[in-house]
Amino acid sequence: MRASLERQKYLIDYTLASLLRRKTRNLGLLLVYTLLVFLFASVLLLGQALRREAATLLQDAPEVIVQRTVAGRHDLLPADWLDHLRQIRGVSEARGRLWGYYYDPAVKANYTVMAAPERPLAEGEILIGATLARVRGIGVGDVFSLRAAGGPPALFKVAGILEPSSELLSADLLLLSETGFRALFQLPPERYTDAVLTVRNPREAGTIAQKIALSLPSSRPILRSEILRTYDAVFDWRESMTFLALGAPLLAFAILAWDKAAGLSAEEKREIGILKAIGWETGDILRMKLWEGALLSLTAFLLGYLLAWWQVFHGGARLFAPVLKGWAVLYPDFRLTPTVELRQILVLLAVTVAPYIIATLVPGWRAAIADPDAAMRG
Amino acid sequence: MIELRAVSKRFNQGRPNECRALADIDLRLERGGVTVFTGPSGSGKTTLLTLIGCLARPTSGRIVLDGQLLSNLPERFLTEVRRHTFGFVFQQFNLIRGLTVLENVMLPAYPLGRPHRALTAGARALLERFDLEPKADSKVEWLSGGEAQRTALARALINDPAVLVADEPTANLDSRLSREVLGLLDDLAAQGRTVLISSHDPLVFEAARVCRRLELRDGRLIGDRRC
Repeated sequence: MRASLERQKYLIDYTLASLLRRKTRNLGLLLVYTLLVFLFASVLLLGQALRREAATLLQDAPEVIVQRTVAGRHDLLPADWLDHLRQIRGVSEARGRLWGYYYDPAVKANYTVMAAPERPLAEGEILIGATLARVRGIGVGDVFSLRAAGGPPALFKVAGILEPSSELLSADLLLLSETGFRALFQLPPERYTDAVLTVRNPREAGTIAQKIALSLPSSRPILRSEILRTYDAVFDWRESMTFLALGAPLLAFAILAWDKAAGLSAEEKREIGILKAIGWETGDILRMKLWEGALLSLTAFLLGYLLAWWQVFHGGARLFAPVLKGWAVLYPDFRLTPTVELRQILVLLAVTVAPYIIATLVPGWRAAIADPDAAMRG
Repeated sequence: MIELRAVSKRFNQGRPNECRALADIDLRLERGGVTVFTGPSGSGKTTLLTLIGCLARPTSGRIVLDGQLLSNLPERFLTEVRRHTFGFVFQQFNLIRGLTVLENVMLPAYPLGRPHRALTAGARALLERFDLEPKADSKVEWLSGGEAQRTALARALINDPAVLVADEPTANLDSRLSREVLGLLDDLAAQGRTVLISSHDPLVFEAARVCRRLELRDGRLIGDRRC
């Protein structure tokens, strides 16, 4: 046992000395591999964190949303639908919502505008998202001007900035009182954008949605689980597109690294011949090559993963945020919650470390199975 | 005792460039003393030493070491025999560049997993014996020819082998350094080791302890003279 440990220590010593002897080549390989892992890990960590963030925020979203459609398009929902919805067995509460979009040519961005009856807002007051406040350079007490549907500007006093913790969904959000909202968009009374339902048993949400669709044929019930699934699909799609866009450079890097790792120089082949001639077994050479591959690729993995972690969770994920967050202009500036997923780490190890180790083992094995008498012939 | 029975060696078998390096060698080598294999270039001296030292297998024939048939042994066991029985000094020294003299000397013992302290002490003792202790931490590429040859000799002895195989040990040395190396080989033979040397250098034949001179030509043994 002790001899076996000592042998591994000698092999590691030799491998480290061997790596240091080819400093330039190995540093180059380390850099390329670190970059590869960094890119892969950045996309995976950011995608995962965004999915988690969205899921956390949607936890408090209503179980069922009901919209009215006309000719397959969304239309305003009459207030008497709310009474009808409350009558459906399993529905404990039905509430009308007012929300819409507002295009601001000044920053070329769409804002999400909502009426917030649960907040004590006067008709001329407004709450705005932190990103929007930053982009427009306004704060509490300032006047925020919007163009009303009728043409004249509507002036609102900023009563507060929305919590930065919810910035993923509130980056571009404007909250108004119900009367303020109706005035801005000139909406008739007794009309809502959609309705949100609270159900007694969330597991029955699907059945309730079916009942709604039957009793109100022009309605479109949307379940929370469907919204979550849509978010997942959107992030999956964006992640895949990012990997596709990165495909060419990643492949080029991977081929370069594979080529460098897999090709044994004449000097290395000669060394393997000498080691065999002086008493090393093929197994010893393979163990030495295994250590070489493992030391280099695991160092690259660790460096790349830590850099990606720092970039995503502490550096604002600037590298891939525009692609993965996907907001048109107003990119939310929020801290993602750091998470570690074993499955994700295993996937990364499988696509980065494993090929490298194989790339170093195979040529080492080929050189090691040759008769060592070549060393005798110089 | 090493015995070769009808040993032949062919390279590139079945190809247009097939060549016969050794043919029907019958030989018995006793323990101890210095045996020199001589002959012109291409006569098969080095090939014969690689077969005796388990660095390659014969195409046909048998090699027996102390009653154990070597020619059929699997690679792993052959390495085991090579590691414990033979020490090699190569014509081109074959030291690993970038490593120190001490590391080069310790290399053959790495797979045995001997305790580091004991191994270092053993390697330093060998370096001292060959006047290389001041060079222990020097990189081998900085050594002179004589120092490199003595380092190769120390490396060959680290596992305390019974047989030392030296291929043209004076080929890259001047007369003074050649005599110095031959003196060291003489000392090793005096301690009871078997020393097998391939050479066509007259200085080697004249060495004090040469007890047998075997002559090869065209892959055949044509002379066997005991001194």
